[in-house]
Amino acid sequence: MSDLQENAPVASGGGGFASLGRGGLGLILPIGLALGWEVAVALHWADGRLLPTPSKVFATLWALGVDGTLPGHLWATLHRVALGFLFGVTAGTLLGAVSGYWTLARRLLDPTLQALRNIPSIAWVPMFILWFGIFETSKVILIAVGVFFPIYLALTSAILGVDRKLVEVGRIFRFSHREMITRILLPATLPSYIVSLRAGLGLGWMFVVAAEFMGAEEGLGFLLVDGQQTGRPATILASITAFAILGKTTDWLLALLSARALRWQDSFKPAE
Amino acid sequence: MLDLVSLSKRYPNGLLALEGLSLSVAPGEILAIVGGSGCGKSTLLRLISGLDAPTSGRASLDGTPLTAPRPEIGMVFQEPRLMPWLSIDDNVGFGIRHLPASEQKSRINEALARVGLASHAGHWPRELSGGQAQRVALARALVGRPQVLLLDEPFSALDALTRADLQDHLLELWHYDRPTMILVTHDIEEALVLADRIVVMQPNPGRIRVEVTPHLARPRDRLDHEFQEWKYKLLAELDHASRPPGGEELSPAAAI
Ligand SMILES: Nc1ncnc2c1ncn2[C@@H]1O[C@H](COP(=O)(O)OP(=O)(O)OP(=O)(O)O)[C@@H](O)[C@H]1O
Ligand SMILES: [Mg+2]
Repeated sequence: MSDLQENAPVASGGGGFASLGRGGLGLILPIGLALGWEVAVALHWADGRLLPTPSKVFATLWALGVDGTLPGHLWATLHRVALGFLFGVTAGTLLGAVSGYWTLARRLLDPTLQALRNIPSIAWVPMFILWFGIFETSKVILIAVGVFFPIYLALTSAILGVDRKLVEVGRIFRFSHREMITRILLPATLPSYIVSLRAGLGLGWMFVVAAEFMGAEEGLGFLLVDGQQTGRPATILASITAFAILGKTTDWLLALLSARALRWQDSFKPAE
Repeated sequence: MLDLVSLSKRYPNGLLALEGLSLSVAPGEILAIVGGSGCGKSTLLRLISGLDAPTSGRASLDGTPLTAPRPEIGMVFQEPRLMPWLSIDDNVGFGIRHLPASEQKSRINEALARVGLASHAGHWPRELSGGQAQRVALARALVGRPQVLLLDEPFSALDALTRADLQDHLLELWHYDRPTMILVTHDIEEALVLADRIVVMQPNPGRIRVEVTPHLARPRDRLDHEFQEWKYKLLAELDHASRPPGGEELSPAAAI
């Protein structure tokens, strides 16, 4: 029975690796690269001036946090994304639902919106600055425009794709237009709607950077510009890291909320 | 009284699906409509339910013209058509949202108990078998206590055993409120088990070929000698109905 004793550590090691395999498999590559760069710079194989080491980036992040500037930047950026996302989602949902449901509204709205969609939204920046000034309004509007399109498009086409058979059940029960939309069309399109929300949120994070490039006094995008102008790559990377963490967290929250809303789905679940 | 007066329906593609169909159905009567594929049975139900409008003719219930879906008329489709995002009890209550909450609750519980699915109230539609789902669809149609219940091949997707089960069950449910029932079916046995009167339809264009009133005592026994005789009579009618007027032979199976 001494075999058992010898095998035990191996077995537990294997179990540890297996559990790491689920959540942690994706971590191996970035951590490996970061450690490699850390080691390379520490051994003077490479110069860490233009690409600071992870430890330096986190130290910068920490310093920004301690001197109280980071929370201000974080808050400014989060605030803009939240407002822009809110407006974009509201407009995208309303117009998407209306133009998916009423043919007349679709004929009226859709060609114009499709044409506008093909303009890269960043191209609006100069116009928005002229119209709404350099401050918050133009930034929030730019983000809202970015968020709007994926949601509008997904919702319109998802509503047009709803099974006629379910809609007929609503007609048999004499649903009003509003009931038809809220009780059948929106729930039926919820899966694609949630995907579009996540896509919209991703674009919101993209557009906040563009918005903050156009002259902000605060925000992670400002930190990026500041790091470039003062020649401090560690600040740039600190800001990028903060973006990554915020973006990932908000997307994860959205996915978490949607998992509950979609628990009725009878969908393909890939094997482990 | 449900009255259909020379109903015709021409689809936008020019196809004449029904022509000059007239029929009266008494309150509480169970009427079966049989006929080959494409002879306009579903079209007829869609006209009565108000989902589609006739090209000419008119349908009325107790003198009120039927031009749009009405609360007095319930419908069970060939598929259960449950809302996958609603639990079973919410699906059953889907059409009675205008009632007070307590009334909804008690009606839903009663309807689910009647179809024998009280213990499934909180489940999702995906967790039901085909027969259970169709029973939920029945409960959903009955919970509003319709005066007329239209059923479009409601059991055709089920296996023979489950089907026979649900046919008996449908009769039990009918006994509670005794609605007028119009049942479209491919299955002659189903028509003979359930119906007071059977209408045989023929295609091109869809119209009534013959009406039959089988004098069979209830409850009806599928293995009974008389039952079998009626079955053969109807099979012969269906066979004729599906034969093109030119007299070309078609196999009897094509009628069913
Ligand atoms: N929306 C539609 N547009 C055009 N033609 C249609 C439409 N629906 C049905 N038809 C045609 O009308 C005829 C009758 O169709 P219907 O669905 O009423 O037949 P049915 O008797 O219910 O057949 P089945 O037993 O196969 O369900 C068919 O020839 C069909 O092709
Ligand atoms: Mg049909």
